[in-house]
Amino acid sequence: MTERYVVAIDQGTTSTRCIVFDRRGQLVSLAQQEHKQHFPKPGWVEHDAMEIWRNLRRLAPRVLSRAGIGLDQVAAVGIANQRETTVIWDAKTGVPIGRAIVWQDTRTDEMVHALSERPGAAEVEEICGLPLATYFSGPRLRWMLDHTPGLAERAERGEVLFGTMETWLIWNLTGGLHVTDVTNASRTMLLDVRTLDWSPAALAFFGIPRAMLPEVQPSIGVFGHAESGFPGVRIGAALGDQQAALFGQTCFTPGEAKCTYGTGSFLLLNTGPEPVRSSHGLLSTIAYQIAGEPAAYALEGSIAITGSLVQWFRDQLEVIASAPEIETLARTVADNGGCYIVPAFSGLYAPHWRSEARGVIVGLTSYITKGHLARAVLEATAWQTREVVDAMNADSGLTLKTLKVDGGMTADNLLMQTIADVLDVPVVRPLAAETVSLGAAYAAGLAVGYWPDLEDLSRNWHRAGQWIPAMDPELREAEYGNWRRAVTRTFDWIQPA
Amino acid sequence: MTGTVQSIERAAAILRVLAGGPGRLGLAEIARSLDLAKGTTHGILRTLQHVGFVEQERTSGQYQLGAALLHLGSSYLDINELRSRSINWADPLAARSGEAVRIGTVLEGSVLVVHHVFRPDDTFQTLDIGTLLPLHATALGKVLLAYRAGGVGLPEHLESFTRRTVATPAELPAMLDKVREAGWAEEVEELTPGEAAIAAPIRGYGGLVVGAIGISGLVERVCDSHYQPRAKLIGYVREAARAVSRDLGAARL
Repeated sequence: MTERYVVAIDQGTTSTRCIVFDRRGQLVSLAQQEHKQHFPKPGWVEHDAMEIWRNLRRLAPRVLSRAGIGLDQVAAVGIANQRETTVIWDAKTGVPIGRAIVWQDTRTDEMVHALSERPGAAEVEEICGLPLATYFSGPRLRWMLDHTPGLAERAERGEVLFGTMETWLIWNLTGGLHVTDVTNASRTMLLDVRTLDWSPAALAFFGIPRAMLPEVQPSIGVFGHAESGFPGVRIGAALGDQQAALFGQTCFTPGEAKCTYGTGSFLLLNTGPEPVRSSHGLLSTIAYQIAGEPAAYALEGSIAITGSLVQWFRDQLEVIASAPEIETLARTVADNGGCYIVPAFSGLYAPHWRSEARGVIVGLTSYITKGHLARAVLEATAWQTREVVDAMNADSGLTLKTLKVDGGMTADNLLMQTIADVLDVPVVRPLAAETVSLGAAYAAGLAVGYWPDLEDLSRNWHRAGQWIPAMDPELREAEYGNWRRAVTRTFDWIQPA
Repeated sequence: MTGTVQSIERAAAILRVLAGGPGRLGLAEIARSLDLAKGTTHGILRTLQHVGFVEQERTSGQYQLGAALLHLGSSYLDINELRSRSINWADPLAARSGEAVRIGTVLEGSVLVVHHVFRPDDTFQTLDIGTLLPLHATALGKVLLAYRAGGVGLPEHLESFTRRTVATPAELPAMLDKVREAGWAEEVEELTPGEAAIAAPIRGYGGLVVGAIGISGLVERVCDSHYQPRAKLIGYVREAARAVSRDLGAARL
């Protein structure tokens, strides 16, 4: 019998990747293509959805040829995608209406502020488990309908369709299947997280026509067959990228948590079959749903800017030539020299949720070198993690014992040690750093019976690296105090017009 | 200040002429523009060609700047960049081989461990990133020595760790010849009794060896009953080394 494989599509914020995995969950081949980031105004971030689809079509044959396999050897395709990024397209021609608005975009700030004062806002937050914020796709969708002449009427008639990235890709892959999965839908503010379907109350609140919305399906279960890209192959799963990482880290049991360090960073804690409402600024979200089973829920702490702070350091300040050099530069000094960077570039996410906050560098003196700034860049990621972990411990009543980590930044040894130091718990990296893709592959493989059950997937998890806390507790507390003071300096910067 | 070296000044002038010119230049043009004798100019050009700073077009015989000069600044590879780019290949190597993986570069006459993946058996292990290992007594080190990674010279004093450690500098050249011939290096109880290792070179832009990747573990797992490293494991190590090299080469173009 010819060996079979599973392909993951990871449609991320900066690039689209296809990865072939084998039965042991090991990476066989990878193909990646970056897409252009459009910044038309401060706070605006856009993608060309057509460029992303073209990239995927190019990557599909490339990743198979690199693995030396044919389509007949692909058991299933799974999709993990950047969440909350919103695209509208013409149902007939498939041409996007304008560019996709990306999850980091804050243009809906004023609208969200106005909406939060309308009657029914609290009810909608209760239904969808999320606080009203620019982060989610529902407000973004409303903005698009408001700012394109005639679009709202066309949406009513079902002539244009809404989707997050997995919906857009599945629609194109299958030649017109308009579906979403529960995890992506749970990030719109339009889904009732208990019934797992669009909430009529939320749709009315935002004024979104039902006709333009995709059908909500379980994350894990065959959506359909691909017609292009991977012709004939079953699409076995779709998950938001962070939920995919939780799945890839095999956090199937309530109480298990992971943090993925990428452009932004996302700490998710599996809370089991009931949604948990946070009183500390965390999101109540759906972790995954296997077809025919109840959904598993999660608490999520989202940090907007972590890896992208390093990218900013590289691309905008041009202090370093490549992202990994941040560690080299940071190691030229022993500490931060009293300098702190709070990267509230698009406001602060969990646990603060301050969209009016903007970034600061505090503690500057003539002593500070670029080495200290590099330290401050890495420490910003560590302290933001600490704030989220504190919130999670408070909400769940549990104390995090170890943190499972993944994502590109886990290659930064100094950062991983710093995270262990400031959290005062061991930080563990699994043998597969590509957990977002792996989660999509696991989910798709599970849907088609390539892997028999969750226990089988758990057996694939192995520890590849571990960082043990080694920071003086007094120093930790003093530094945390400094960080918290630095955070307050970002508040109230953007003032209502 | 001591006096300057005239031939190096002239070589620099020739490079400037080539860099400033419209494309390729002939010997006569270069000599004329610097008011140098053709013979002198030719000698300098041949030397520059030898080190790769100048290339000569075969049919016309004209000269242009060489690729080595263009990449002079990019041959240095940041160790954290090396880790970041190899992490996706080191993990599968650990998974396939069942052994711990390390990646090393040269630092001050030793192997610097820049990446370490635990043996995937979930036993307690400690990251040893940043640790220094001896060049002559490790598979990683032998690879780095064999390909003169980072311009490393042969060590003059060899510390003995076990009775199998290479004892005298005179033994090194033949051993390193063997490594270059095979394209991989072994270490059988040369650093630690009961342990063996296999390593292969990681090449950066232009084929320059920038590091080594290898596995290590108990000698009975890494080697067969004749103390020979298992062919399957050698294959995994070399495959991983090639995959990392491909990524590094592609990124430098």
